[in-house]
Amino acid sequence: METLFFAFITLVAIVSAILVITCKNPINSALSLVLTFFCLATYYVMLDAPFMAAVQVMVYAGAIMVLIVFTIMLLNIRVDATKAHSHKVVLGCIIGFFTLINIVILLMKSRVALPTGPYSGNMIKQIGHTELIGREMFTNFLLPFEITSILLLVAIVGAVILAKKKL
Amino acid sequence: MENLNSYLIVSAILFSIGTIGVLTRKNAIVIFMCIELMLNAVNLTFIAFSRHLGNLDGQVFVFFVMTVAAAEAAVGLALMIAFFNNKESIDVEDVNIMKW
Repeated sequence: METLFFAFITLVAIVSAILVITCKNPINSALSLVLTFFCLATYYVMLDAPFMAAVQVMVYAGAIMVLIVFTIMLLNIRVDATKAHSHKVVLGCIIGFFTLINIVILLMKSRVALPTGPYSGNMIKQIGHTELIGREMFTNFLLPFEITSILLLVAIVGAVILAKKKL
Repeated sequence: MENLNSYLIVSAILFSIGTIGVLTRKNAIVIFMCIELMLNAVNLTFIAFSRHLGNLDGQVFVFFVMTVAAAEAAVGLALMIAFFNNKESIDVEDVNIMKW
């Protein structure tokens, strides 16, 4: 049953990802991308990471995609069917295909280490995923967390300056 | 729970689709969305490995990737608006002022 569900979600994720790169209209691409994000959130739930799934839906499918759709509508770009792709379609597809082959060969040849960390599925269910993530983030990863705030500050200032009328 | 390899294969496929999109599309916003797709494929790899190894470091990394993606969205879209105000277009082939 779970394998069937996994296959279904995979099908939806891949088809919507292909729609992202084939749709002529950017709005359709954006909506397909939202569907892909929801499929990824489903994967996160299946991987015992419900908090990451919630963050995925809120931050990606919510905030970032609203920003993108807002920009598309603000710019009001004409859909020009003839100019949607550049001439390098075949070359791009070949490169993407080789990327895939490369990764698959790497996966086939490599062996994965056995579980080493303390967090098993039962423990995550017992204590709660959010609490474990919070503990990890505010002890071992406190300095990167603080640096992230500086990054966000720089992004805010940069976005405000770039969006001004006169640069 | 499915085994680790199936998640990694899905992630590889999504990443390759994102690569093809970046290399073939002309619209800068669609290219931006393909980059988001590639970032998400990497996030899936992080979480699959984190679950497999019983270690939460990968999931904390996904947080940082999401933060960078949000910052990138804010700055990148502001850049596109600035470019559109100058050139009335967001095709990447029109970005040629600095071309030699």
